[in-house]
Amino acid sequence: MDDPLYREEILDHYYSSPYRGRLERADHACDLDNPFCGDQIHVELAVDGDRIKDVRFDGKGCVISQAATSLLAERLEGATVEEALGLGPADVVKLLGMPLTPTRMKCGLLGWKAIRQALTPKDVTA
Amino acid sequence: MADVAAVRGTGLDVSRVRADFPPLAEEVRPGVPLRYFDSAATALKPAPVVEAVREFLADYPANVHRGLHVLSERATEAFEGARLKVAAHLGVDDPAQVIFTRGTTEAINLVARSWGRMALKPGDAIVLSELEHHANIVPWQMIAAETGAVLRYVDLTDDLEYDLDSFDRLFDDGRVRMVATTGMSNVTGVRPPVEEIARRARGRGARVLIDAAQSLAHEGLDVVELGIDFAAFSGHKVFGPTGVGVLYGKRELLEAMEPVLGGGNMVLRVERDRAVWNELPDKFEAGTPPIAEVIGLGAAIDYIESLDAEAVARHERGLIEHAHATLGAVEGFRLLGPSDTAGKGPIVGFTLDGTHPHDLSHLLDRHGIAIRAGHHCAMPLHTRLGIPASARASFALYNTKDEIDRLAEALGSIKTMLRRR
Ligand SMILES: Cc1ncc(COP(=O)(O)O)c(C=O)c1O
Repeated sequence: MDDPLYREEILDHYYSSPYRGRLERADHACDLDNPFCGDQIHVELAVDGDRIKDVRFDGKGCVISQAATSLLAERLEGATVEEALGLGPADVVKLLGMPLTPTRMKCGLLGWKAIRQALTPKDVTA
Repeated sequence: MADVAAVRGTGLDVSRVRADFPPLAEEVRPGVPLRYFDSAATALKPAPVVEAVREFLADYPANVHRGLHVLSERATEAFEGARLKVAAHLGVDDPAQVIFTRGTTEAINLVARSWGRMALKPGDAIVLSELEHHANIVPWQMIAAETGAVLRYVDLTDDLEYDLDSFDRLFDDGRVRMVATTGMSNVTGVRPPVEEIARRARGRGARVLIDAAQSLAHEGLDVVELGIDFAAFSGHKVFGPTGVGVLYGKRELLEAMEPVLGGGNMVLRVERDRAVWNELPDKFEAGTPPIAEVIGLGAAIDYIESLDAEAVARHERGLIEHAHATLGAVEGFRLLGPSDTAGKGPIVGFTLDGTHPHDLSHLLDRHGIAIRAGHHCAMPLHTRLGIPASARASFALYNTKDEIDRLAEALGSIKTMLRRR
């Protein structure tokens, strides 16, 4: 019984993402996990001015959490930071090509959240 | 002589039982029947339970213990009738020792706070195991932080069973006041030897609480014979509604303990600056209780009692043995806990190599198969196992071996589908 969510393209992003790994020099990074299912994600971004040059991720987890992060990395390389921060959950779902149930949404959005947090300037006075 | 047991099968008419649980006749999607293997999360509800709740809500939805009118009398009678049923099911003569809570979680919190505040001194110890559900860990952490008591964990064997020698050593300094143990692990199905644990703990002057949330759906619990001090369970795991649970306690302890919640019903008299507590069990039942749910729980106990307990046990034993054999033959299947079924209930915690439990349960759902994936509110156990999550198939009296075969097949096909190309 096939599930379009687990189609070949998604499994490729899961098993052999070109974005999996670490950068020599990262300007932004963030670690997040989803305690519900034990997914973990680490994202790194290198930025040149307001453009995202490189994105890498690393982590362990289900197909959806890892593939969604890889798809986002692909989408964001070369994009502006503003564009990246403008992406919402609906855009992640669009990249995955399939609607997600509310529980599965947490997996699907883990990488998106990590990238947002990495790119969001921390308030150093706080 | 003809083998009577063989002639009667297991002595449990499973197809008749299944007819009592409407979701089992449903298709989750056209052509895909439901295979429900998530009874450890919550059991399905038989028609008589649904009917009892409906009847209360439709015909006599009055508050209990206060009105003197017909509807309230009827509600009170049904509500207190459920308490009698629970008491009888636990082997308790005195129904006042049965306190209705919102569930196991609330029952254990009640003991931790009320008994804990009364009994625990700095340096006193509470004994737990890594098999416990968070509901039997976190309340103890909270009261330990408040009172200066400490937690001690019994060692588990490689099969995730109690190491009783290590258990004994925990008592060497005489500081253990409480042993709180599950009656059945919700992850592995392991049944700690509660008789032996209770005997040894009591011999060392410690109180014993049994978390019967899982075990009571599969076997009886005679709290008096066990001599335990407290027991807790949830209605929804024994085929009753959510929102109701039970705390059993020894009378002298419950008498000495202070209530945790204040409000209506738990007082005999209220003055401007003080109040006098009501008798048991009302002292611990502040506010309007979950009346419909309690009545539903009473119906669930009736349902369990209407079945031949031995036949149910035999049927479930058949299921777990079959599950170990067929699922164990699936390539990459790794069972959590003992492979011997003797010391466990009908719960199979597992991982499938190369497959995240979350993907697994998602894809099994495409086959109409409901299992659970995650840490099952047992993070310390998963930490010990070195895995973030696991999958769990849990069985109840309405499951069949045939359904388990479908699970094994589906696992195989998912493994193929997710194979790295
Ligand atoms: C062993 C065990 N203890 C306690 C609980 C908590 O029960 P409830 O959530 O109904 O309070 C569960 C439920 O998952 C359980 O399996």
